[in-house]
Formats: sequence, structure tokens, C-alpha cells
Amino acid sequence: MTESRSTTSSLQYDPAPESTAVVRIAPAYGLFIDGAFTAPESHAQFPTLNPATGKPLATVAQASEADVDRAVASARRAFATWSTTSGAERAKYLFRIARLIQERAREFAVLETLDNGKPVRESRDADIPLAAAHFFYYAGWADKLEHAGFGAAPQPIGVAGQIIPWNFPLLMAAWKLAPALATGNTCVLKPAETTPLTALLLADVLQQAELPAGVVNIVTGDGAVGAALVAHPDVDKIAFTGSTAVGRQIQSTVAPTQKRLTLELGGKGANIVFDDAPIDQVIEGIVDGIFFNQGQVCCAGSRLLVQESIIDDVLARLEQRVNQLRVGDPLDKNTDVGAINSAEQLARITELTAWGEREGAYRLPTTCTLPTEGFWFAPTVFANVDQSHRIAREEIFGPVLSVLTFRTPQEAVDKANNTTYGLACGVWSEKGSRTLWMAQRLRAGVIWANTYNRFDPASPFGGVRESGFGREGGRHGLEAYLNV
Amino acid sequence: MSGAFERSRVRASALGADLRSLRGVDAVGLEARAAKLATRSLKKSTKRAAIDLAISMVDLTTLEGADTPGRVRSLCTKARRPDPADESTPSVAAVCVYPDLVRVAREQLAGSGVNVASVATAFPSGRASLAVKLLDVRDAVEAGADEIDMVIDRGAFLSGNWTKVFDEIVAVKEACGPAHLKVILETGELVTYDNIRRASWLAMVAGADFIKTSTGKVAVNATLPTALVMLEAARDFAADTGHVVGVKVAGGVRTTKDALKYLVVVDETAGATWMHPDNFRFGASALLNDLLLQRRKQSSGVYGRPDELSGD
Repeated sequence: MTESRSTTSSLQYDPAPESTAVVRIAPAYGLFIDGAFTAPESHAQFPTLNPATGKPLATVAQASEADVDRAVASARRAFATWSTTSGAERAKYLFRIARLIQERAREFAVLETLDNGKPVRESRDADIPLAAAHFFYYAGWADKLEHAGFGAAPQPIGVAGQIIPWNFPLLMAAWKLAPALATGNTCVLKPAETTPLTALLLADVLQQAELPAGVVNIVTGDGAVGAALVAHPDVDKIAFTGSTAVGRQIQSTVAPTQKRLTLELGGKGANIVFDDAPIDQVIEGIVDGIFFNQGQVCCAGSRLLVQESIIDDVLARLEQRVNQLRVGDPLDKNTDVGAINSAEQLARITELTAWGEREGAYRLPTTCTLPTEGFWFAPTVFANVDQSHRIAREEIFGPVLSVLTFRTPQEAVDKANNTTYGLACGVWSEKGSRTLWMAQRLRAGVIWANTYNRFDPASPFGGVRESGFGREGGRHGLEAYLNV
Repeated sequence: MSGAFERSRVRASALGADLRSLRGVDAVGLEARAAKLATRSLKKSTKRAAIDLAISMVDLTTLEGADTPGRVRSLCTKARRPDPADESTPSVAAVCVYPDLVRVAREQLAGSGVNVASVATAFPSGRASLAVKLLDVRDAVEAGADEIDMVIDRGAFLSGNWTKVFDEIVAVKEACGPAHLKVILETGELVTYDNIRRASWLAMVAGADFIKTSTGKVAVNATLPTALVMLEAARDFAADTGHVVGVKVAGGVRTTKDALKYLVVVDETAGATWMHPDNFRFGASALLNDLLLQRRKQSSGVYGRPDELSGD
């Protein structure tokens, strides 16, 4: 095959920025406790930045242990009535919240993009609609819990402490809150330090929906706030999404207590491509798998396993496609890849990528130019990666793809499973029997067939091994919040 | 077409193997990709340039039993100068008519640079003997057609008789002489994307200068995913053989908004080579007026009324 696959684009898109006029950002935010915004005990504030510029957007309250205590107490008081409120009544609030998120979708999308750095196309078409869908989905379960397969009258657990990451701020809040509220629990939500703004806008929506005071409390701040919540004696359940290292600490804190725990941690997902796969969709699937949200996705398809017979073709197509990605202003509606969330994360990506080159992987040439301000990393593909390379073993959590090859299905399974993680895998083949054979053998919570990074509130999501335990989404997601 | 690629040597068995070896198309992924590309936002100078490009790619078409020489003459006037009020408006690529009206169009378009395209081969059903189809083609070419839009034998294709489809295209191409050949796949009748990709490949191997989605005479005509799969095929064929085959979408493209979506798909799939009337066309009639209204909006800032433009 002659490789004259030159598809230089001729449409030079003029800027098409989404207007920021739809969202009002307050100069400073308090803590959302007992249905109202209150100042933190210490009056300490810290800035939250726009990763695309590195400039501050607002200041946010730094909660203290006493503030966490107030939030938990508020949730405990609210639990008495919320847990005995009928399912249909709880559903009413969840439906309201879902509709309000839809009505204010543009506001949420722009704010998410400002605070997180992700392209507005993604916050508009993925994060926000999925967040609304999650509330709709669990609203439907609220009055049907006795039919969910967890006994005749399943009971809520109590006060849930929920700690969420910065990669999908609103969506993760929805994943945590919706099932907890549907099942009659009350919540103390702790948004990530770098992306608190959409959770605080959600607090506004909760007020608008007239959700009873104290049912949801939101405490912002650094890791110490999360630690205080995890250690709090009156919290009955901890749900955490984030890094494996922090997950480990949480598990050891919680181990000697009666607290229930679910963890959704890191991953090193294998995206496995057989030679009969639909090649054009494979290329899109690879791109969606690793460059969606700048690769800052726990289930990212960060290891690409390609059948050796088609590796040259796949790499040639991939190189061309990756160079076509539009990297830049996240608010531009035509941007494909936005900013890295923080300087800290950028440093980690940079360090591990340097290891890729040091250990002898081949970095595909790129024509990408990056903005000068803010935190940016070009979409990167490494070929000739070995199983022993750091970039094949450690979670990079950035737009960096490691490409390996295999010859037989068994070798693909062995390589895919040769990791401490087990969150997600993708299998690309036109042969259904082989896909099923693979799915039985891959050790991961999610296996995608001929697609990647597809989410639906009806489908359970979660990991095995160092990717965590417990499921979010679907009927399975109820179990984490029911006393079963 | 240069002679480097000897199509006539392709035998039935080799053809079958060739088509079967094409990688499949995953419908869900394909449609998701098309939908994603459709969210591109074209503003300002990008939009103005894209509108002009789209106008220059239009095959202004009238294919009605009630067509008259007068209507065709009117269409030709419009093809040369789509917007009489603005001389900077580009001409369209071609005027597309039935064979009996080719002569009328030829006279009207002489020296204009606008081509005369004619449907032939028992359009739209293609249900005639090869001899009749070839006569139809020669008739149109002799009357002055620069481009011939033929239909493939869908029955033969769907029954697996790919050789028959192939041989017909080869024969029609020969009958075309100097005229360019557009091969209409009638994707609405082929139904699956795998079929559409195979038919695209077959037509290109057989010598098509263009592959075209549809006749505009069936329920499902051009769609964005269909165009995407055909552009991917054309791009891969060019990479394999060095031959650039054009793509034409026909039927159902009525608005500027739609046309711009197609251009985005062309640009981001096949690339700059196809962003030219030589290699991409819109078979349409109503589309042109909407492009002209949007063009006026871009230059004057105000929306015009449809009645300011001629109907034909």
C-alpha cells in the first residue's frame, strides 16, 4: 500500500467561541451547608484557575474540620425526614434537578469548560447531558426500590460522604448524588480542589428545586477536607472517585470502622484492535479512547494493542488523524482537545512522557502548536512500546497513547491483563465470537465492543483490582447506597 | 485517467476477493463520527469561503418528466450567473438534465465554463439491456454532454453478481469517450454501509471518475454518514492507486447548513484535494437559492426574501 494519505485540511476555521455571558461567576463562594451558602469557619479562601489561561476565576472556601462537622450534622438531621420521604416524592426532586440541569445546560457547559479546561463541545455534548440523564435515570428508580432485587423494603445507609475528581466535575457529582438521593440517603459532597464551580452552581439548582435543606451539603477545599470527611465518625458511607494512591489511604482509614465504601480509581485501559476490525471506526475509537477530555479519564484507552499484521496501516492513519486534531481555546466550539487541568497534572504527564522517550519508545511526529499561556500538552502517540516501559504500566492521565502489538488473541489477553488495574478495555473486531471470547478473559469492569468511552446511566461502571470496587450506574449502582 | 492502473485485467474472482477483503463498516461508529463532524461551527470568512465553494460545486439539476426547453434555458442562465445582482458569485459546476435536453443546455452554456451533465443508462431505475443503456449514453455524449451520470444495476449488485455491475461500468465508461463518468450507487437501495463501501470500491476499480450517492428518485437519498463512507473509500482508493475519484451527493441537500456539514466531512475525511468542484459535487436544485440567500446575508448583513431569486 502506498502511503500517500495526505489530507491536509483546507477549511481554516475562524474562531467560534461560545459566549461566557450565559454564566455569572461570583468573586467568592462559601460552603453549601443546610440549604444555604455559609462562610467557612476560618474564612479561608483559595483561588480556582482557568487552566486554559492560568488565571483565577474566583475564590472558593477552604473548609475546616469544624465545617465538615457542621455539614455532616446537617446531613444527619435531614436524614430523619428524607429517608422516610416516599420514593415518589424523592423522585419529584430528582426529576426537577434533571430538568433544571437541562434548562441551564449552556451555563453549566461554559462553566465546566472554564474551570476544567475541557472543550466546550465535550461539556456541551457529553458531561452536562449525561449528568442530567443520570438524575432522570435514578429518579425513575426512587419509587421502585422494592423491585430492584435488594429485598422487599431496602433501606438507605445514612449519611454518605462523597469525594469526586476534577476530570468530570458535574458528571461525577451526578453519579454520586443521584443514586444516593433516590435511595433516601443524605450527602456531603466534596468537589475536587481545582474544579469546584459546577458543584457550587449545582447547589444553586438544588435551591431552585427546593430540595429540603441538609439533604445535600457541599464542602470545598483541598485533600484535608476529604480526609476529614472520610474520618468523620458520623458518616456511614464513603464513595470516592480518584487516584489509586488516595483510594488506598481511604481504604485503610475506613477499614477498622463500620463505614461502607466504594472506590472508583485509576486505570490503564487496553484498546485491542484485530485485523478484521472496521478500520475507520477503529481510528475514531482510538482517538476517543485517549484524547477525550485530554486523556484525563480513568477508563482511558491509554494502551493500544494492535494485531501486528495491520500495525503500519493503523499507525499511518492514526498519525494523520492525530495531526488533524484541533488543540486550543476550550471555549471554541471547534476545539477537539483542550487544556490540562492543572500545572501539577501537566508536570506528571511531562515527566512520564519523557520516560517514554528515554526508554526507547518512538514518538510519532506532530505538527501541533500549543497556546503559550495556561496548561497544555500536545496529543502524543508512542509506537514501539514494550510491556516493561513505564508508559505501558503507569497511569499517565493525559493525552498520551502507548502502542503495542500482539499476534494471537491469547497474547492480546495476556498483555491487556498484565497490569495492576482493571477498569476498562475495548475490543475491535467484526467477529462476534472472538469479541465474546476476549470479554470472558479480560479482567476489567467494563468491556466495550467496537466502541470506547461510551457511557449511559443504565449501564453499571466500575473496576476490579486496583481500579476499585463497587458499581455506579444502572440497577447495580443502587446497591452502593442500600443497606443490603 | 492515466493508463498505469489496468482495470480491465481485474477478473471476477479477483474482484470478489478484492471487495470481500475490504474492512467492514461499523454503522454505530460511522454515524457517531458523522454526527460529531456535523457540530463544527463555521463562522465569518470560513463561512463565506465555504458558501462560494459550495456554489461552485453545485450540479444544478432538473430531472422531471415535465421539463421543457424553456425551463432548461432558464436554469442555464442561472447556472452561469447564479446571482445577477452580484457578479462575484461563482458559476455552478454543471447543469444536469435528461439526454433529450442536453442540446438545449449545450447551446446555452457554450463558452461559460459550466459543464453539461446528463443522466443516462435508463435513469433512474437502470432497468434496460446494456445495449439500450450504451445507446442512451452515446446519444447524450453526441448531443454535447461533458459528464454522464449512470446508474448501477442494483439488482445485480445485491444478488452478488458484481462482475455484471463491473462490466457495465467498464462498457459505459468506454461509451463515454471524453465525457466524465459519474456512477450512481443508489445508496438508499443498497441499504448497508458495507454494501455502499463495496459498491464504491467496485465503481472506482471499474473506472468511475465520480461516485455518486443517489438518483434523488427513491425514499432515502444522500445522508451525511453515506457521504462519509464514500469519501473514506475515495481517500483510501487514492492512497492505494494514486487515482483521485470524485464524490457527488445528490438528493435531499436543500439548505446551506446541510451543504456546509458535507463540506466539513469532505475536508476532515478526504482533505483538500476533494475541496474542489473537480472532486466534489452537490446534485441539487433548491440548494442553490439558499446558498445565494446566505451569501447575500454574509455580505449585506440582512436576510433576503426567497422571492428575490428566480425559482429555476
